[in-house]
Formats: sequence, C-alpha cells, structure tokens
Amino acid sequence: MKPRSKKPREIIDFIVKLISAVSAFFGIFILILIIYEVAVRGLAAFSFAFFTQLPAPPGMDKGGVANAIVGTFIITLMAAGMGVPIGLMVGIYLVEFARDTKIGELIKFLTNVMIGIPSIIVGLFVYTIMVKPFGQFSGYAGAVALAIIMLPVVARTTQDILMLVPNSLRESAFALGTSQWRVILNIIFRAAKSGLITGVLLAIARVSGETAPLLFTALNSPYWIQTLARPTANLTVLIYNYAVSPFADWQQTAWGASLLIMIAVLFVNILARVILKQKS
Amino acid sequence: MSKQDIKRHQYDKEISQHGGNGSGSVLENLSQAQRVTVPDVKTTFKEHHKDSEPQVVVKNLNFFYGKHQALHENNLEICRNTVMAVIGPSGCGKSTHIRVYNRIYELYREQRAEGEVWIDGENILSANCNLIQLRKKVGMIFQKPTPFPMSIYENVAYGLRLHYKLTKNELYQKVQRALEDAALWEEVEGKLDRPAMGLSGGQQQRLCIARAIAVEPEILLMDEPTSAIDPIATGKIEDLVESLKKKYTIVIVTHNMQQAARIADYTAFFYQGYIVEVGPTKQLFQNPREKQTEDYITGRFG
Repeated sequence: MKPRSKKPREIIDFIVKLISAVSAFFGIFILILIIYEVAVRGLAAFSFAFFTQLPAPPGMDKGGVANAIVGTFIITLMAAGMGVPIGLMVGIYLVEFARDTKIGELIKFLTNVMIGIPSIIVGLFVYTIMVKPFGQFSGYAGAVALAIIMLPVVARTTQDILMLVPNSLRESAFALGTSQWRVILNIIFRAAKSGLITGVLLAIARVSGETAPLLFTALNSPYWIQTLARPTANLTVLIYNYAVSPFADWQQTAWGASLLIMIAVLFVNILARVILKQKS
Repeated sequence: MSKQDIKRHQYDKEISQHGGNGSGSVLENLSQAQRVTVPDVKTTFKEHHKDSEPQVVVKNLNFFYGKHQALHENNLEICRNTVMAVIGPSGCGKSTHIRVYNRIYELYREQRAEGEVWIDGENILSANCNLIQLRKKVGMIFQKPTPFPMSIYENVAYGLRLHYKLTKNELYQKVQRALEDAALWEEVEGKLDRPAMGLSGGQQQRLCIARAIAVEPEILLMDEPTSAIDPIATGKIEDLVESLKKKYTIVIVTHNMQQAARIADYTAFFYQGYIVEVGPTKQLFQNPREKQTEDYITGRFG
C-alpha cells in the first residue's frame, strides 16, 4: 500500500481556514465601518437643541428631533404593548396547550411564515385596513404595524424558551395539585424569566429600526405630538426624509438620528445579553 | 356475579390446578405467573393487616404509550401506612405504573391508561375524578430533584398556599414542620430565603420531600428518589422513608434491591409490563415464588 501524500490535504485545509477567517473579518470590518461612519457624522449633529427642539426649516440653526424621539418611543412602546402580550400568549399556547397537536403544528408553521413577511408589506396591509378607511395617517396605525411585526418574533422566542423549561419541573408542579394556569404563571414563567425578557427586548430592538411599515402608517410630522390619531413624528421616517433631502444641515440631522437609533438598539441588545448572562 | 368475581373464580381454579407453579421459560410463563400471584397477595394482606382494607387497589391496569403497550393487566393492592417497593429491570414499567396513581402521565398527549385504580374507594381513572384533589392526596417525589425557581421557604410554602388558607404564622410553622419531617430543617434554618437551587442534590431532594409532605398527602409516590444522589444523602432519605410510613402510605420505585430489602414492607416485581410477583419483602427476596423473580434478585438478568 502506497501512503497517500498529506500535502494536498494540508493545502486544502489551509485554504478553507483562510477563506473563513477572511470572510469573518470582512463581516466585522463592515460592521465597524458602519458604526464608525455613523458615529463620526452623527456626533457632529448632537447638540442640546438636537435633543430638545422641533425640526427647523433648512438653513435655520438650532433645529432638533425631539418630537421624533418622543414619537418613536411612544409608537414602539404601544407596539410592544400590543405585540408582546399576544406573542407571549401564542408561545404559551403552542408549548403548554397545543404541543403535539395538528392545530399547534399549523400555528407554528404560520408563525414562521409571518416572521418572513417583508415589513413593507405589513406597512401596506395596515395602510389598507387603518389608514385608508379612516382617511388619516396615524401613530396608532404605526404602532399596529410594528406590533404585527413583533408578534411572531415574540411568539417564536417564547416558544423556544418555554421548550427549554424541563418537563420534570412541570411534572413536579402538577404533582403538587397545581392548576395549569398557576403552573404556567408561578413556575414556568419564573424558570424562564430571563429568557423571556431577553426575547421581548430583542423583538423591541428589532422593530425600533423599522422604517417601511411606518412610512405607510405613522408617516411623519414636524410638530409635537398632540394625538396619535394624526401623522406622528418618528426617527426612522425622519431619517428617510432628511437623508434624501438636498440640504446639508438636514442630512446631518439624519446622521444624528441614525446614531441615536443605533445606540438605542445596541443598548437594548447589550441589556438583553446582560440579563441572559445573569441567569446562567 | 360481576365480571371481576368470575375472573377471581377462574384464578382460584387455576391455583388449585397449578399450585403456584413457576417453572418453564420466563416469557412463556408471564401471563400465567401474573394470574397466579394476584389472589395470593390478597391472602398475604389478610394475614398481615387483618383489620385494614387496602388503600390502593389496582385492577386490570393497562397502559399505552401511543400504540405501544407498557403495562399489561396489572393487579395490585397496597395497605395503608406500609411501604411498597416496586422493583424490576429498566423499562419494565415500574415508573409507568406509579405514574398512573396521580395521573401525572396525562401531561403527555399520547399516554393512556385503561382499567381501574381505586384509592380510598374512588376510581381515580374515572373522568370525574378531581385531579387537583387527587394530587393533593397522592404526592410524588421524582428521580431528579426539581426545586422550584424560588427560595427554600417559598418552595415548601407554595403547595401549602395552593391548598390552605393560612395566616403568616401558621404558614411558617407548617413549613418548619415539613422541613423537620424531611430531616432538612437543621441544615436550612437561618437561610430559608436563599434560592433552593443553591442546595446540594441530596438537600434538594429532601426539600422536594418536604414540599410534597407539607400539603399532608396520604400516599407518597417515590420514583427512584435516590438514584441521582450520593450514598450519604441516600441513607438519610431511607431513614426518612422509615419514619414517614407512620403517617403515609409509600410506594417507592427503586433499581436498588438492597434498598427495597431495607425499607419496604412489601415488594412488587415487575417484568416487561407484568407484575410477576408481589409479597412481603422478606418472603420475596428469600423465598421467591416465581422463577423470574429469583433470576432477577440473584442477578441473572436485568
């Protein structure tokens, strides 16, 4: 038997290693580039007025995005208020009530399909069911659109996390004569708490950067928020509008708003990680 | 004459014909051994507990995991305040059998029990049996300790709060009492508010026992309660079983035959889903009636 040369295998091994390493660094490099670019250009826009004032017409100093910060905050919070409870309940239903049933499998499948729906289509959908009939762009419609995007994400993570709770814990809770809703509320939720919070935070982070669904629903507004029943200022649509404008100061404001959102999303992501780590 | 009585009659006939005959191949004899054993158990109970009726009576229990039948025509009687050990090789249906007593198997959709299990005169397999009441009455300890994700105190108080209305003081006293009965109080006194997860495995298991006995059940099911913990903790739990049987009827599944011999008044030997032999522990280990039992306890299989 003639031993086969090791050389070709070693060379292939090296090439594969090289390609994966380069790809990894390329990905990270792009991320760093984005963060760097946004940070440098965005920081230039930051000022006291930026956080406290209404948008100013082009060419006027001392404009800000305060109304859009408040708007994004309120819309995201309202979306979470709708999307999180429903998503949680869907997850609970799938794991605790409909495990191994046909209807459960169907809902699981549909949830996954729903996650894949492009957000702009969700925006158009809410446009047809809320904006068109009421004849008005509104913050409510924006919140509903974001909630629809959050719902399957929360449902999916809830499901994944509840599946991690060992059945032995469920058994011992039931064996004590506990009713099912108490088992879920007192035992399973407590065991899965940090995971669930992380899931919810990541879902919030995910939608806080969405632009397309708000474009068709909340639209934007240069004014303070009086009511959510009218077009409502928000950061992402403001970025979209300002970034494509021909005015240098508006473009700079768009960079500032971008940095703000990036920081917020990054913060929520890190928070989620910290909470998850504390548990394990 | 009810169906049951007719069956009994047949058993009696067969006994007179075969006289507890236990020879022949293991598999061939299974169903026959099963039939022969049942009425004999009845007489043993009569001898040992002349005045007490059995608390648990299992009649013709069959159990299915989907299409797979795991228990075949189980018949068993257990007397109040005795310890019944359930032994047999892995996969013989020991755990499956006792998991019927509190209907915990119902958490899984594909599992199904047929037959009758009478506890204190109530057929707990009937549809109108109240599961919450049943599980208060029939407590269970599992193989792996499963403390709830809360403090030591809350673990024990949890079940109490479910079933009783208690003042803070009464609650505390009941928790203390349960922890004392579970021989854990001395080790956890002063750190009741610490998370239960921080306890050692043996302590966690005794905490689970405290949690189970706190609600004052009448029957305690123990599913290999010492298989996941070290010998010293095992010793403590065995002592505990000895003292607990004054108050409770205990059914303990174990892989450890010495353990069964040490702590059980009666022992049931399961094989491939059949109850091959039941009897007073001493008799079963020293003078088994059935060939399969003898093979198992002498280590020839399983």
